[in-house]
Amino acid sequence: MPDGPRPQRSFHLHKFHGGLHLEDHKQESTARPLQTASLPGQLVLRLKQHIGEPNDPLVAVGDRVLRGQKIADTPERVAAPIHAPTSGIVIAIEDRPVAHPSGKSDRCIVIEPDGQDEAIEFRPVDVGSADRNTLLKHIREAGIVGLGGAVFPTSAKAETAAAHPIETLIVNGAECEPWITCDDILMRDRPEAVISGIRHLQRILEPGETLIGIEDNKPEAIAAMQRALDDAALDNTRLIPVPTIYPSGGEKQLIKILTGHEVRSRHLAFEIGLLCQNVGTCAAIGDALDRGEPLTHRIVTVTGTGLREPGNWWAPIGTPFAHLVDLAGGFVVERPEPIMGGPMMGFEVRLDAATVKASNCLLILNRDHRPEERECVRCGRCTDVCPAQLLPQQLYWYSRARQFDKAEEYHLFDCIECGCCAAVCPSHLPLVQLYRYAKSEIREQRRKAWKSDRARQRHEFREARIARQKAEEEERRRKKREALAKKKAAEGGKKPAKTDAADAVQAALERVKARKAAQQNTPKNTDNLTPAQQKQIDEAEARRRQKSTEGDS
Amino acid sequence: MIILVAVLVLGFIAGSFGLLLGYAAIRYKVEGNPLVDQIDALLPQTQCGQCGFAGCRPYAEAIANGEAPINQCPPGGEQVIVALADLLGVEPEPLNEEHGEHKNLPMVAVIDEQTCIGCTLCIQACPVDAILGAAKHMHTVIADECTGCELCIPPCPVDCIVMEPLPQTLDDWKWEPPRLPGETRDDDDDGEVPAHA
Repeated sequence: MPDGPRPQRSFHLHKFHGGLHLEDHKQESTARPLQTASLPGQLVLRLKQHIGEPNDPLVAVGDRVLRGQKIADTPERVAAPIHAPTSGIVIAIEDRPVAHPSGKSDRCIVIEPDGQDEAIEFRPVDVGSADRNTLLKHIREAGIVGLGGAVFPTSAKAETAAAHPIETLIVNGAECEPWITCDDILMRDRPEAVISGIRHLQRILEPGETLIGIEDNKPEAIAAMQRALDDAALDNTRLIPVPTIYPSGGEKQLIKILTGHEVRSRHLAFEIGLLCQNVGTCAAIGDALDRGEPLTHRIVTVTGTGLREPGNWWAPIGTPFAHLVDLAGGFVVERPEPIMGGPMMGFEVRLDAATVKASNCLLILNRDHRPEERECVRCGRCTDVCPAQLLPQQLYWYSRARQFDKAEEYHLFDCIECGCCAAVCPSHLPLVQLYRYAKSEIREQRRKAWKSDRARQRHEFREARIARQKAEEEERRRKKREALAKKKAAEGGKKPAKTDAADAVQAALERVKARKAAQQNTPKNTDNLTPAQQKQIDEAEARRRQKSTEGDS
Repeated sequence: MIILVAVLVLGFIAGSFGLLLGYAAIRYKVEGNPLVDQIDALLPQTQCGQCGFAGCRPYAEAIANGEAPINQCPPGGEQVIVALADLLGVEPEPLNEEHGEHKNLPMVAVIDEQTCIGCTLCIQACPVDAILGAAKHMHTVIADECTGCELCIPPCPVDCIVMEPLPQTLDDWKWEPPRLPGETRDDDDDGEVPAHA
């Protein structure tokens, strides 16, 4: 180590409430090294892959695009642009099935790769001399979003957080959900990219200390990261192995484990001087600033009991799921159930949809016969395991009875949908689905309330405007009447003025009469015509008559 | 003597409370009927007039005065009727179909810009100023502000306004309620869950 002996004080870890020890199923996909995915026939890039404002396409159908070229963006702040992952032709900008629990379609840019993989010129950023805003701008331009799953634009998150004093930067490498290993593989294969991204974040946020949390079921990743960390010699940065317990990778849970702080309901971590970033996001920041490369690829775990050769692939964003299934040797089960994400928090997707920035894992399980749901027996096990310290049973009753206001009072929106309650429920109640349903109903009610408030305001404004216009019109009339009355009264006093006016009217009438008389005179220029002139006039007259008869017919 | 003291003390207390109440009645006087505001807040604010009143607020006033039943709002549908019944402590009634049918899909008015002659009649009819345009110039509907009240349709002399379902984005999408024990739903047979019958 270059500097003096660093105090390796023992680190006190905290515990969060509840949680579960799950079978982790990690070795299925970590047995094989990271592979580079072959290019699919088409890359389907959804226009909106982040939380925030939607993007508009910057290319047209038929355009040739290069790797790293920005193909969609918006001027809004909370957004992240999309870049072409390889060179090729834009063959469509249309609605395609997307990786969304609805299975519905949304606007996508479809690129047919030409196999050349020609790239734009990437310009690394001189991080040493760049100021905070320049770095944030480059992070936004690179299209970086939170790759832990929330896909909130990283530049917006860091910009908001940078306005507060950040005591601790937490780097989340916990990857607690079963089956998913993309962060594990990333930390094993490219720890220097992660560390480099952490260094850049430290420049932006200037945190007092940085803690990297990795679950202790990933010894290789921990070793690789520790080596890279020692090489980089970052100040006040520590790697902390954390116990393997689901969901330690939840933001609030990891914060609790590492710092003992609890982020209050409806509050964000930066308000208490903390900021959490996923290791994948850090690596993307490292690539964007060190190499100038935007976010166009990510590691996707393709795993599950339903696949022949599970593994991890470095795949372009926009790769159809069916292509990933082919890469993993195809299905080995009769009724495959494709899930994006893990078995706890993921959702079912269509195979013709494509990966997005959030796609950490494609999990293929066999569509089992689910055990039949029975009535709640009030055992309270859900309450014991809930990492958000909620009362899942109360939420169940209220959501079920559509008493959504009550469910909100019981902090439904603090539910992180981790699935612990449903996993332990002896009655196999689909609790998470119920909470998701209740949340979306409440969100719709809020949207409706917002819209009707706006309609009420606009209606009241319109009524007020009409009333005002009426009053103004009335006022104008009254003023005019008064002015007339005044004038009349004034004129009544002065007789000669009135005769003047009468004379003027008389004179005007005579002028009009004279003009009319003048108009009735015959034209002077038709007298004394030569025969040639007369002929010309006759011809013109004939043409005119002919034209008018043509027009009539 | 003791009786006189008691009378005086009680009289003084009564008098001071009287003054206090009198002051409070003036100082904290509530303008208008707060019940009207509560009812108005529940109504959908389409301002469509299907209830027979000139907008949501007049209907709210009529309900508050007991002059109109709570089941005359087709855009609000059952949800609003239940909410109103809850607020007023009365039994919910089914929607009075004479005033129109409840449509589940939110609708938005769309002007066929090729046909529009720019007569401004629809602009004058729109209760929420959601139509933009000027005389002899093309008009268009600001879809985000349109409440789907249909008031612009009858005045149009060239019938160029149609109602279309509001396009649903994935952000508006809602999760389906899951199958729960003790519930029978006829729309959940999607082939994914094993048959119990």
